Amino acid sequence: MGHSIPTIWESMQAKGYDRREFLRFCSFAAMMAGIETAGFSKVVHALETQARPPVVWLHFQECTCCSESFIRSSHPLVADVLLDSISLDYSETLQAAAGHQAEKSLHDTMQKFAGKYILLVEGSIPTHDGGVYCTIGGRTAEDILQEAAKDAAAVIAWGSCASHGCVQSAKPNPTGATPVHKLISKPVINVPGCPPIADVMTGVITHLLVLGSAPELDGLGRPKEFYSRRVHDTCYRRPYYDAGLFVESFDDEKARKGYCLYKMGCRGPVTYNACSVTKWNGATSYPIQSGHGCIGCSEAGFWDNGPLYQHLASFPGFGIESTADNVGALVGIAALGGMAVHAVSTNVRKHELLVQGKHSEPKAKE
Amino acid sequence: MATKAFVAQASQPEKFRRVYVWEFPVRLYHWVNALCVVVLCVTGYLIGRPLAITYSSEAYQQYWFGTVRFLHFVTAFVFFFNFLVRLYWGFVGNQYAKWSNFIPNHRAQWREMIEVMKVDVLQTRVQGLITLGHNALAGLIYFLSFLAFLFQSLTGFALYSSMSQARLPRLFAWITPLMGGDFAVRQWHHIFMWFFIWFTLVHVYLVFYHDYIEGRGTTSSMVGGWKFDSDKRDEK
Repeated sequence: MGHSIPTIWESMQAKGYDRREFLRFCSFAAMMAGIETAGFSKVVHALETQARPPVVWLHFQECTCCSESFIRSSHPLVADVLLDSISLDYSETLQAAAGHQAEKSLHDTMQKFAGKYILLVEGSIPTHDGGVYCTIGGRTAEDILQEAAKDAAAVIAWGSCASHGCVQSAKPNPTGATPVHKLISKPVINVPGCPPIADVMTGVITHLLVLGSAPELDGLGRPKEFYSRRVHDTCYRRPYYDAGLFVESFDDEKARKGYCLYKMGCRGPVTYNACSVTKWNGATSYPIQSGHGCIGCSEAGFWDNGPLYQHLASFPGFGIESTADNVGALVGIAALGGMAVHAVSTNVRKHELLVQGKHSEPKAKE
Repeated sequence: MATKAFVAQASQPEKFRRVYVWEFPVRLYHWVNALCVVVLCVTGYLIGRPLAITYSSEAYQQYWFGTVRFLHFVTAFVFFFNFLVRLYWGFVGNQYAKWSNFIPNHRAQWREMIEVMKVDVLQTRVQGLITLGHNALAGLIYFLSFLAFLFQSLTGFALYSSMSQARLPRLFAWITPLMGGDFAVRQWHHIFMWFFIWFTLVHVYLVFYHDYIEGRGTTSSMVGGWKFDSDKRDEK
């Protein structure tokens, strides 16, 4: 065939990395994949001998925040190696090629490495009106996805768009935005988040590269390593929650003291993500640490669960800030009013019964 | 579902016979359930809308919200198993406890419902039917409330499953993605709390209403199990 793929070690050498940098990369990769020190030599061996898998990164209906997050990985070497050396054979945002060249590159990769390349998808796919809302090179997003997914060794859905549909699929979803896993029959690794955490992204892809298999996934196709716990479970403000100490307003004394943001609509208790463990931007901070509640960006349909600063969603049909509690209390009051009217009517009836009882003989029916 | 003509007896003394309607398991279920519902609604409401209390103490010195949640979870388990006991008793209990009281699959039950609507709800008639156990309308409402119990148990366990490794709640973990995530499940669980509040209001009112207008010990029947029924045996 003449298309022998170099190993990661070979391609790193070609790019000018030395042995020491390669070993540092190996140790990061081992750590990301959750391999303990004893297994380190195996990782080095694998990266020295196994062919590097080609990677195709497709962009559909999205804002590129996933890519932006990815290139801000807190382990620059890892991101560097992944981008430089593991190489993206096709990525609209990061590739140098454009137009026909770019399309040819995609086409060549899919042909040459059928069954071997890793497909990364960023963005949702429009399905309404024949998919006209997102076309690249004259073809619809779905068409491109189906072709690319057919021979992919593994498919990763980056971010909430590709995993859930995100903002494009928020009601009323005019373009019929659909997540990847609903369109293709292959198993998909969902890495939700708007965007996902850079270290989670590199962790997932490194796992694939080093071990050659998908990380352990939960029922929704998310890697368990990063999505099995709620933001709330590992939040450093959790003790305030258990103690019942809550921020009541963003400018109160309790906010200054760093109490729990539960009553400010924090979605931490209903959001599965690793934010409070890995944090963001090189473990600098995460939303709650910066005094703002979690908005639940890695959960399906989070745009429709508003308002974001309210614990309960607004109740449909009763105005923006009405909660189930307002409606419930209203119905409760109406029921009490009905009872009061009924009680008056009952007394009138009882009076009639007493009068009847005095004047007429009891007559038995049936 | 024995129905008797309702006859007001203000002046003439009437003979009543005592009928053992609610057996001990039914009464026990009722009061355990009542207690659970009250505790679950109070703690549940607090969990959804915690009080704004200002403390001078630090977080490590107290645990009140954790305790409220703990009470909610423990009570939920009691509620659930108590509910299962009542379902079982629907198959082995007496005629008033039987499951068939709750499902209107006979034409007579629908006729009775219309009757109850006329007499007890709209009060367009002064006198009407009296049933010894549940009337058909009450039976249907209880059936719907059993469905609400089921829904609340399922959503409750689904929410709890993410904080527990215990086998029982883990059994319901699949419900969360089905309903669109923890947020949606929590929202529905919260909305259904209101059903329990409305039910309690109306239920307590109607018990007093029936006792008030029929005068045969509806209220105390859930304590001792007996109801009074006008005794027509001597008249025949």
